[in-house]
Amino acid sequence: MAKKLMKGCEAIGEAAVQAGCRLFFGYPITPQNEIPEYMSARMPMVGGTFVQAESEVAASNMLYGAAGAGCRVFTSSSSPGISLMMEGLSYIAGAELPVVIINIMRGGPGLGGILPSQSDYFQATKGGGHGDYRALVLAPSTVQEAADLVQDAFDLADRYRNPVLVLGDGLIGQMMEPVEFKRSVKPEELPEKPWATTGCAGRKPNVINSLFLDPEKLEAHNWALHAKYLEMAKKEKRHETYQVDDGCDVLVVAYGTVARITKTAIDQAKERGLRLGLFRPITLFPYPSEALWAAAEKSKAVLVSELSTGQMVEDVRAVVAGRRPVGFYGRVGGMVMGPDELLDEAEKLLRTGA
Amino acid sequence: MYNEIVMAGFGGQGVLLIGKLLAYAGMKAGREVTWMPSYGPEMRGGTCNCTVVLSDRPIGSPISKRPHGLVVLNLPSLDKFEDAVRPGGVIVVNTSLINRLPRRSDVAVVPVAANEVAMEVGTGKAANMVALGAFLGAAGLVDVAAVSTVLEETFAARPKLVGINKEALRRGFEIGQEHAAVAAAG
Repeated sequence: MAKKLMKGCEAIGEAAVQAGCRLFFGYPITPQNEIPEYMSARMPMVGGTFVQAESEVAASNMLYGAAGAGCRVFTSSSSPGISLMMEGLSYIAGAELPVVIINIMRGGPGLGGILPSQSDYFQATKGGGHGDYRALVLAPSTVQEAADLVQDAFDLADRYRNPVLVLGDGLIGQMMEPVEFKRSVKPEELPEKPWATTGCAGRKPNVINSLFLDPEKLEAHNWALHAKYLEMAKKEKRHETYQVDDGCDVLVVAYGTVARITKTAIDQAKERGLRLGLFRPITLFPYPSEALWAAAEKSKAVLVSELSTGQMVEDVRAVVAGRRPVGFYGRVGGMVMGPDELLDEAEKLLRTGA
Repeated sequence: MYNEIVMAGFGGQGVLLIGKLLAYAGMKAGREVTWMPSYGPEMRGGTCNCTVVLSDRPIGSPISKRPHGLVVLNLPSLDKFEDAVRPGGVIVVNTSLINRLPRRSDVAVVPVAANEVAMEVGTGKAANMVALGAFLGAAGLVDVAAVSTVLEETFAARPKLVGINKEALRRGFEIGQEHAAVAAAG
């Protein structure tokens, strides 16, 4: 398929179709309305179904039902809407169902604003809803990567029977870049789901459930979920590095939008006689800890930059564990840093040692 | 080759569209491209802008704080972005709606009466195409014929608009080229 110029939101929608997903349930919210808009036009073309639910809570429970019946299904929303979906997401994690959720983050708390933000990192990576669960979290930084990761998200969700969250922001969602869809699969080509509630004629009934009143059974269930997250940590960590192989003065750790700005800063750093490198986690859960330390070890200091007041920096500090100075630079409220700000912060960090 | 271009005007003047045409033509020429709109809580008649980056290498930030090129269709946009343009850059000013020229002396200024030229072609609505043409004439960057082709594809569903818009683009291109030639002659 030839390259097309598409908005991130549209590419996400098309990627879901190319992944064999034929069900979308959601509720509008800026800055991701282009996803439901795209799905409302595209789903009927491929025999799929688009439903604008009465609320995000309803949409997340439609996801629960459709995933339980064995269908590939996804939703998209932005921060306040994702909060509303958290009850359903917790049930989905508890019942071990594969769903894909797109969060095009906006500033918060509360209704906040509509401009780019990364302030839902904690919510995304530490569970989000109630109960001791985790979603696998993918963070694209280009439109092409958003499309690729959405396709992967459906496979990962099925493999682990677990919710997979794709975390973007308004910049990734609204920006246009060339994109091509490298794979295409039809629903009938997907592997069977023998656990799904598809009608039990001729076989034992399957049960989709998150209620375990017997504490011994619930404990066993919780440890089984935990074992699944450990397996994800063993097999699914992803990251990208840029200009770190020969070591650097300051290793910038950033994901999504901020990682792009960091790359521009790195290219400009040479003019200032500064050696900067980038470590970009692509999976935010599981976090690529070992690879991060391998890059940090070759650097004098580590600068974490986020569109938040400091969330991922906690995971980075846990990895670096005091072995290198770790600084933080954040912009919030929809403000986005320029490359020059990152260069200034990196120089300051080198002078002061954090 | 690395170029950041900001296009700005009132909502409804079509600045997002000319940015898309530029990005699309750049992509077809094998360049890396990004197109980033302003998407604040804005309305028709409010200000609106987009940033296009054209590059030979993968593009980092799609936002520009120091653009190489600026195309402004109204006065608030000139006021907002004039100082940000890099020295040696190009500013295309729509003199139909902007009653002053840029104060900068370290950039190439291309004044073009985009609305009047568009009216001559058939509709004032094509002022955006005149401005895009003027920018291409002065700055090069992307082959105007490639933009013309992309324009045909974009308006495929409304063939009546193709001719007028292509002509507006061509007229703007000539004005931009003349200006660049005069500037080069000193």
